[in-house]
Order: sequence, then structure tokens, then C-alpha cells
Amino acid sequence: MPGAASNGHAKRSRPSELLRIATAGSVDDGKSTLIGRLLYDSKQIFTDQLEHVVATSERRGDGYLNLALLTDGLRAEREQGITIDVAYRYFQTQRRKFIIADTPGHEQYTRNMVTGASTADLSVVLVDARKGVSEQTRRHAFIASLLRIPHLVVCVNKMDLVDYDEAVFERIVDELTDWAARLDIWDITFIPISALHGDNVVERSTNMDWYGGPPLLYHLEHVVIATDRNLVDVRFPVQWVIRPMDDQHHDYRGYAGQVAAGVLCAGDEVAVLPSGMKTRIAAIDTYGRDIEAAFPTMSVTVRLADELDVSRGDMIVNPDDPPVPAREIEAMVCWMGSEPMSIGRRYLLKHTSRTVRAVINELEYRVDVNTLEHIETPELTLNEIGRIHLRLSAPVMVDRYRRNRTIGSFILIDETSNDTVGAGMVVHASSS
Amino acid sequence: MNSLHYELSYLEALEAESIHIFREVAAEFERPVLLFSGGKDSLVLLRLAEKAFRPAGFPFPIMHVDTGHNFPEVIDFRDRLIEQLGERLIVASVQDSIDAGRVKEETGPRASRNRLQTVTLLDAIAEHGFDAAFGGARRDEERARAKERVFSFRDDFGQWDPKRQRPEPWNLYNARIRKGEHVRVFPLSNWTELDVWQYIGNEGLEVPSIYFSHTREVFERDGMLYALNPYIQLIDGEEPFAASVRYRTVGDMTCTGAVRSRAATLEEVVGEIAASRITERGETRADDRVTEAAMEDRKREGYF
Repeated sequence: MPGAASNGHAKRSRPSELLRIATAGSVDDGKSTLIGRLLYDSKQIFTDQLEHVVATSERRGDGYLNLALLTDGLRAEREQGITIDVAYRYFQTQRRKFIIADTPGHEQYTRNMVTGASTADLSVVLVDARKGVSEQTRRHAFIASLLRIPHLVVCVNKMDLVDYDEAVFERIVDELTDWAARLDIWDITFIPISALHGDNVVERSTNMDWYGGPPLLYHLEHVVIATDRNLVDVRFPVQWVIRPMDDQHHDYRGYAGQVAAGVLCAGDEVAVLPSGMKTRIAAIDTYGRDIEAAFPTMSVTVRLADELDVSRGDMIVNPDDPPVPAREIEAMVCWMGSEPMSIGRRYLLKHTSRTVRAVINELEYRVDVNTLEHIETPELTLNEIGRIHLRLSAPVMVDRYRRNRTIGSFILIDETSNDTVGAGMVVHASSS
Repeated sequence: MNSLHYELSYLEALEAESIHIFREVAAEFERPVLLFSGGKDSLVLLRLAEKAFRPAGFPFPIMHVDTGHNFPEVIDFRDRLIEQLGERLIVASVQDSIDAGRVKEETGPRASRNRLQTVTLLDAIAEHGFDAAFGGARRDEERARAKERVFSFRDDFGQWDPKRQRPEPWNLYNARIRKGEHVRVFPLSNWTELDVWQYIGNEGLEVPSIYFSHTREVFERDGMLYALNPYIQLIDGEEPFAASVRYRTVGDMTCTGAVRSRAATLEEVVGEIAASRITERGETRADDRVTEAAMEDRKREGYF
């Protein structure tokens, strides 16, 4: 084992899960205060960071400890007092490690919210108890459902300012439950909190005996995410072919990639797409050691029993239930380019490890993210979300996004500017 | 890994994400390079590169930007490690940049080559035609870094523009650039300092000796302990003394502070970090103390 020496028998880490959280909202909702409270009460804020916040709050004359300064990292953000871009925060408890993608809530930064939410297991949406469900709340819930974040937590914040009144909470629960019924949300949890005072954030509140559920942190630690993964369809996009040039590994040819779905085992029959050739998995290894099984989201190397022509962009799948080799795609797309998306334009489409050319054939409609209305429009502009039809220069192996977030997603790249201009989610695909 | 339940521990999940990033870069860029400092983060990068590409060699060279003001222990360690790995090392020297008149040495007791190395780095990237450079930066290190993408686009001046970052949804990275531009790639973006140490422990990686407690001649400046060394002049009133210290970060001797510590083993270091209430850069890096947005400003110029 090259590089290893002193401490080869060190203990493995405790198997503790990773939970990716996306939060959306503006300073007004108390989102930054909530994150600050989570970090502070779980003792994850460092003293030099806190000193910085204290000093800056005083200098700016904020008049209170402005915990938003912890997460707003860019000069422009601190100047304007808003969150522009996604910031990532990390904390851990005995049970889990958490990555918080702290995303901006303003409509003009929807693309950054989509970026932060795209990989999240759970979304935290904040509602100001005094104001009730706002346009922004509905937009955040819609984006969480569009990106199929499996778990949604609605924190009804500032309960201290409505006398911890159960009726206020229940009214918001009812209103948002109705709204969520129009969306595609499976798991929604409501928690009444006061981020400022810490009620139901880390510790159970003594001010709201009528609330029978757990505080936020307990929920984050215990929500079941293992069953969110797809262990049935085998989807292994080939990223890189490993062919050592030395004599010792003369016949070694490994297909390296990250398992997007399913469980792969040595001996399993598989098909390689797009050729459709069938073979068996000869062995799976990682770092020179053979392993029994590979499952999401492991990065491994697969060796096949037969010598086939396999390269980057191909996909190893189970032959009984392959994805669609699609030439025509219908998708929801969030537009991220400063120039509008127009019909007839060509873009590069990157899907897993495969990049092809794509032309926009049709723009069915734009979604009004505040009302869910479908609106006919000739083009999509920055931060707008719409349903489009694409024709591709070569097939890509896709599943519907609702079936698999990795195999159902793609980005569009403008070949002139090289910018990433769209984030797409497959709704329907066909091979013709 | 729990083979019965097909679940990954969080470190295994982070490792898999990082390996995926390595392979994307190898596949989509023509001339990547791995930036190596000798510090713990770059050691983890090397192990991840092994996991991504073995049994083959790395599809890129390793480059060290040598300020000439390194801890000698780290240079020895670097040379031994590269030989064990059997990979190719490029050394880009700040002294050469000074000799060629590309940069001017700072003077005075607070002189440092930390800022000069940006020029050396950008020159080396241009000279070798590198289009992607792996770095060990983590988002938990600093406020500006918390906002940076995994693929961090740099224009043909090497500059980072925080307002023009490419959206990076899912794990779909856009590797398209024009000639002269490059991308800094940070496979450890989602790792914390503690994760890095736990991984070093799990993998049994050797690290430079200065990470462990040792007795050293130091002096105190601006509330930090610096090693007595030939590259830094004492100011009146600064008195060297012997102390039991270790380093939390490995950088230039002129701007990297030591912490008082008795942690002599990996387990003790992990315990110390888990209990620490100060970030590693706040505790040990003078370069971040210049202004509130010091890191953001240096990154805009093309810093690591």
C-alpha cells in the first residue's frame, strides 16, 4: 500500500450517515438566525468566527448579534445584507453529519437555489408566523418538489412574536398542506420554532406544550433517508477507463465510475448501453482490493467478463430493466443563462458522463413559480422554469427524474460562452 | 460500509464524491495538474487520486509551488512520498520568479513570500499549459471558500469572479473553457478539518512530523507563535523561547503559526481538533488577518 506507514490499524470511522440539507429564505425569515442557532447550540461555531460576528455587528451598528454574518461570505453580500450565492456549512452530532446548502431566497437567485437544492435529502423552508404563508414560501416549496427533495420541513418561525399561539401555527399548517397537495411532496413536517430564543430548534420548547412533535435537530437526526435510494435499477455510468501500461497489469481493463442506482455484484449479468451488448461482471475493485458489492454512491472500478468496446459515456445496467436510450426528451428546465433560451437554438447537453448536442424544439410553457400557473411564452429568461422538448444528436441513457435524480438530470451548456445555462429534469423520453 | 444494509458512512460518502470529481477532471481536461503543498489536505488528495486511478499511474503530474521558506521537514517528506508513489513532481520556485524579475521580494520584519507565490503558480500553469489544477481547499476553512464551486473557473488572468460562478447542480460539472483559461478543482470541498484527520487515521496515512507536538524555538507576534527561522526578522521586544507546539496547517514559515500542544499521536490530534473552538486558519494563518475579505481578495488575484 503506497504512502501508508505509521498507523495502518487505525479504527474505521463510526458508521454515521450524511444528511444534505437545503435551506431557503431571506434574512427576514430568520433563516440565518436559525442556522446560526443550530450551529451555536450544537457547539459548532468557533470562537474566532463568533468574535468576527460580534465585531462586525458592532461596527455596522446592527444593534444585535447578526448571525447572518456567519453565512454571508462575500463582500457584496455583507455590503447589501443579502444572500446571493449558496454557502455551505458543516456540522455534526453523535448520530449524523450534516451539510447545509444555505441558498438565497430572492426570486432573482432561483438558479442558485436550484444548485443548492439539487443534491439535498431534506429541505428546510421557513415561514414567519406573523406573516403566514407568503409567495416566497410557496415558491420554495415548489422548487423543493420540482427537484424532488425527499423530505420537506416547514419551520414556522418567530412563534415568540405570536405568543406561541397554537391557532396561528395550525392555520399555517392547513394553508401549506393544501398548497402541498397540488405539488409532488411525499413527506412534509411542520415544526413551530423561535430561532431567536431557541424554542424547538435543538431543545424542546417549554412555551409550546401543545406541540407533540420533536424539535428540529432531533428530526434532522432521525428522519429516515436510507430508503430514498434506488437499489433496484442498476445504473453505472462509465467515467473513465483504467488501463495500466505496466507488465504486471497487462490484461487489466477497468471501468471506473460512481454507482447511480442499484447493487452490482461479481457474477451479475449486465448490459452495456448504448451498444446493448451483454456480459457478466467479472470483479469489482476499489484501490486494488476486490469487493463483493457496489451500491449508491460508491466510486468503484468494474471489470467485465468479455472484452467489449466500452468507453466514457457508456452505461452499465441490468438487462431486464434498462433506461431509455433517448433521442427526444421532454424536461422541466430551470434557466440559468443571462441570455434567454430560445426555440431552435443548439446547446451542449451533459448527462452523467456523456455530452451530446441538443436543439430546443419546443417550449410548452413557463411555470409561474408563485401560482403554479402554466404560461405560454416564446422564451425562457434567467431564473425561469419551463417545460421544453429537446432533440439530441446522439442517444443518452435516461430515466425519468422522479425515478432517479442522477440518471434523470442534465445541464445545458452554451457553446459560445461555455456557461452552464440550464438545469434539466427528464419528464419523458423516447428513442425515436 | 455495511454490506447488509448497503449504507455508506459519511466519510465513505465524501470519499466517493471526491473520487468522482478526480475522474471527471481526468476525462474532461487535457492537461490537469495536482497542486501539492505537503500539508494534510494535499496528502488526502494523493490518497484519493490513488483510489481513483490505481492500478494505473496518475493521468497528471504533481506540482509544488516552493516558496523557499518551507519547513525543511516538509520538503524531506515530500520527496520521500513522491518516490514511494512513483509519480512525477514539478517544482515551481518563487526564488526563480524573484531572480527573473517577475516579482519583487517584500522587505521588513513582516516580509512573506505567501502573496508572491500566486505569480509563480500562474506562470507555471501558463508555462506547462495546464487547464485544470486540483487543490486541497475546503469550504469549512473560510467564508469566501464556503461560497466557491467544486470547479472554480479562472479567466486568462487566473482571477476568480465570485459573481460569475457557474451554477453546479447535481454532480454535473461543466469543464468547458477557452485557451488560456483554467479551472481550479477542489475535491475536498465538503470535507472538514476533522474529516481530514479521521480519514488520515482510517487510511493510516503518514503526515509530516510538524503536525505532532514537538519542542521548538518560537517567538510571539500578534498573539501567534512563529518558529524562529532564517526568513523572518525579530522586532524589538520579541524574545525567542522553547515551547511544546504543533502545526494545524502547513504553509510558509513566515506566515504559519504554531499552536501550543502536547498531542503527539494521531488520536490525540483528532481529540484536540474535535475539542477546538477556533478554526485552523483563524488560529494559525497571518495571511487571513489582513482584512475582513483577505481570502476573497487573494482568490480574485488567482491565489490557491
